[in-house]
Amino acid sequence: MSTRDLTVPVTAPATPWRQRLGTIVPILVLAPSLAASFVYVFVFTLWTLYLSLSSSSLMPTYGFVGLDNYASLWANRRWNIAYTNLFLFSGFYIVGSMAIGLLLAILIDQRVRGEAVWRTIFLYPLAVSFIVTGTVWSWLYNPVDGIQAFVRGLGWADFSFALTANRNTAIYAVIITGIWQSSGFAMALFLAGLRSVDPDLIKAAQIDGASVSRTYRKVILPTIAPIFLAVAVIQIQFAIKTFDLVAALTRGGPGVSTTFPAIYVYDLMFQRGQIGEGAAAAMMMLAALAVVLVPYSVWIVWRRRAEGRNG
Amino acid sequence: MAEIAANARHDPEAAAATRRYFWARFLVYAVLTLFAVIYLAPLLVVVFNSLREQSDIARNGLISLPRSFRLDAWAQAWGTYCVSGTCEGMKRNFFNSLWMTIPATLISTLLGAMNGYVLSKWRFKGSEILFNLMLLGVFMPGQISLMPWAFLLGKLGLTNSTYGLVLIHVVQGISFTTLFCRNFYVSIPDDLIKAARIDGAGFWRIFRKIILPLSPPILIVTVIWQFTGIWNEYLFGVVFTSGQQQPITAALVALTAGGTTARAYDVMSAAVLIGALPPLLIYLFGGKYFVRGLTQGAIK
Amino acid sequence: MSALMIRDLHKSYGGLEILAGINLEARTGEFVALVGPSGCGKSTLLAMIAGLETVTSGEIWIGDRLVNSVQPKDRDIAMVFQSYALYPTMTVRQNITFGMESRGVPKAEQAEAVKRVAALLQIEQLLNRKPGQLSGGQRQRVAMGRALVRDPKLFLFDEPLSNLDAKLRVDMRTEIKKLHHRVGKTTVYVTHDQVEAMTLASRIAVMNQGSVQQFDTPKRIYDRPTNMFVAGFMGSPAMNFIPARFTGSTSISVRAADGGDATLALAAPLPAGAPKDVVLGVRPEHIYRFTTDLKSRKPAVEPMQAPVELVEPTGAETLAVLRLGDLEITGRFEPDDAPVMGETITLGIDMSRACLFDPATKALL
Ligand SMILES: Nc1ncnc2c1ncn2[C@@H]1O[C@H](COP(=O)(O)OP(=O)(O)OP(=O)(O)O)[C@@H](O)[C@H]1O
Ligand SMILES: [Mg+2]
Repeated sequence: MSTRDLTVPVTAPATPWRQRLGTIVPILVLAPSLAASFVYVFVFTLWTLYLSLSSSSLMPTYGFVGLDNYASLWANRRWNIAYTNLFLFSGFYIVGSMAIGLLLAILIDQRVRGEAVWRTIFLYPLAVSFIVTGTVWSWLYNPVDGIQAFVRGLGWADFSFALTANRNTAIYAVIITGIWQSSGFAMALFLAGLRSVDPDLIKAAQIDGASVSRTYRKVILPTIAPIFLAVAVIQIQFAIKTFDLVAALTRGGPGVSTTFPAIYVYDLMFQRGQIGEGAAAAMMMLAALAVVLVPYSVWIVWRRRAEGRNG
Repeated sequence: MAEIAANARHDPEAAAATRRYFWARFLVYAVLTLFAVIYLAPLLVVVFNSLREQSDIARNGLISLPRSFRLDAWAQAWGTYCVSGTCEGMKRNFFNSLWMTIPATLISTLLGAMNGYVLSKWRFKGSEILFNLMLLGVFMPGQISLMPWAFLLGKLGLTNSTYGLVLIHVVQGISFTTLFCRNFYVSIPDDLIKAARIDGAGFWRIFRKIILPLSPPILIVTVIWQFTGIWNEYLFGVVFTSGQQQPITAALVALTAGGTTARAYDVMSAAVLIGALPPLLIYLFGGKYFVRGLTQGAIK
Repeated sequence: MSALMIRDLHKSYGGLEILAGINLEARTGEFVALVGPSGCGKSTLLAMIAGLETVTSGEIWIGDRLVNSVQPKDRDIAMVFQSYALYPTMTVRQNITFGMESRGVPKAEQAEAVKRVAALLQIEQLLNRKPGQLSGGQRQRVAMGRALVRDPKLFLFDEPLSNLDAKLRVDMRTEIKKLHHRVGKTTVYVTHDQVEAMTLASRIAVMNQGSVQQFDTPKRIYDRPTNMFVAGFMGSPAMNFIPARFTGSTSISVRAADGGDATLALAAPLPAGAPKDVVLGVRPEHIYRFTTDLKSRKPAVEPMQAPVELVEPTGAETLAVLRLGDLEITGRFEPDDAPVMGETITLGIDMSRACLFDPATKALL
């Protein structure tokens, strides 16, 4: 087959440095961001971890005190309230905003007129900061000027709506406001999910004689199950990191009833000069996130693998 | 054929079905309207109050239609209202936020686009791992980085400055922008890149001539996400800046906290609206693309 | 002189070997087709020729240049992709000139080249449109135009017609053939459509599982497939494989329809060292209705009884499924002379065109 003489002069391959450059440019482009992310994610975390094990108070110091900070954190009543609040808030907030989001998405999915208008109305709170939302709602909850006063003014003299004035109910004010702010976001994601369902699947269900609600329950919602999880994970993150909402709405009060870990970290670090304990509290926030995110990532990887095998 | 149609017209079942359909539609719109009222009410309340007289608000409460139309509250909130001794309103803080948000948004978006391009079209050994590593940044709670940032900003001489906040938001933002862009670029066929390479285009030329022209959908998402996120951010603003250097979110909290006696709801409402306006405008103009792009890129 | 030469080329991803020692050559001006089932490595091989994939081991020569580590843009090749890979944000004209622009060709020259190619492919009226506004066939032409404008040493096509509908595919096939005659460029053409390969190529490489099974002219591949894979892959309907056994040096016996044995005389004596059990390969068009007249015209035709299970008229020809014991074979008949369902006919198998395979090695005897 071959008549080639191997001694034929070979044109030199492309200059090595040029070629090397070709493979190195992408890495060079990535390098600064990568370095920054690395520092941000790993160095900062380890740093804070270290601080949480140190005797830092007003200024960071590096005397090692083991788990003392964690011990005193968990011995503190306020922290326990904060952590309990976090779970209470996360649970109601996620379920509430997902339920309302899903309801709104399904309603909008019924080929309503003016879809864009509805969507815009439900989604605009997403563009507004928790600070703005919290501030405005704190006024509405205010019994003297807000909703209670308004309804009483309508003639319903003993109407009572003073969630934020009461230690036991203030947390629900935070929850309601949180849901108000973010159920539109859940709606948008669910709506996109509903729209991504293969229309033939829905037609097939209709031909099989399934009612609308049955079609949703048995055909459509199961196919968008992954979206539920994604929405939940996004919401949990909001919930755990939320500092602004509470800061603007209740400032942790009345008393300490709406303290959240995020608020508490800030207080310890910058109001009370207990940096070591503040760092410990921050690490506990990270732990709460990890409890949610690690299983989720494992699940994602597992699913991707499974898809890779099947497809 | 004609008989069937005639029968259908007098069919009681068909009539019942039509009635059911009507009530179902009615219910759909009723529920949507109810929620729309709940969603819009707070916004309307604030808008109205920013136009009302303070005396009117004090007398009639927050929830009431405006009896006057005056922009005094807006002018005060913008330029002359006093917060803890200084009487300059929100305008400094508004511009602080603007000069923080615009550069941070642009820089993080540009970096995200380039990173996404590398991570989707110029993969190398280990690039997937690096991508997942960068993703971790998305999940980091800001509280973890407070102390390290405080130290770093101190070293760099950027405490109490907008530049410091820009740096923080860029570093924090690259994870998001990279994630969005990569997930979007992955769906651009590799064949395009191959064809361009055969056509003699290199790394940058492919980026400029092929990838960027295809990018507007995701760049809109990224810009909106970053802009609203950074503009609305509070924690870093309140921790690392004070007084005249504060971004508008921090200033708003200071403003609304001050004055335990008769609260100037009219001015505060205007201030709140000033603080909410830029992201709201961005969202109103770009929201349509935002939702579309977010579901293309972010949620996969 | 060969325009392309591939020597013992290997490719693995991680531990997975995708290409296992490919040897291939294309003479200047030649049209070589790569065919094979999905996943056999055709695209990978083409991408390696183009320089889009790295070489694990082996050599790729284009002209007299070893190009293993040469960048795609410096290989002097052009490629047409299955997806066309037209730049969606550019007009047709910009798509065609993109490569020249990348290389800094003067504007006037670019315009000249576009004009020439647009005329050649009759796409002048499309030049200012974007790919999204073109039909499938038009996109295909533009993709070809982008390749042609370069005037490269080597053309690479990766299943360029597989996204077109059946009729357009046949038209474009003819057009590619004409075009190749006109431009006379060395071409490597990947397809999984064996008709495309047969009609276009001067030589065909049949690939399976990462290696070249046979590399030869279409006629040789069709008539003398080197193994049962090639025999089965090339030709539609596929070649019939009938288990058989030698009963003498010039005859074999196969299981007949009635369960007994039918003895068929071979057209040529069996090669030395052939196993006792073999596989008889007969293409459907070499099965006839047996007549004495036929026997006198084609002396190598051997008779055999078989009931007709199914008849499939396609218009130009009629296919009949015939039963031989527990085996079904397909015969191709003139519509006028076609058997009817249920009938038992006497077949004539043209033994001079039949192939014998070793069932153990699957190789041609
Ligand atoms: N990047 C990769 N990593 C791992 N395996 C790969 C990669 N690219 C291709 N493969 C595998 O290499 C094999 C050959 O792929 P290739 O695309 O060359 O097939 P093909 O013959 O062109 O098939 P088709 O006719 O479907 O286009 C396939 O089994 C494929 O799964
Ligand atoms: Mg292929």
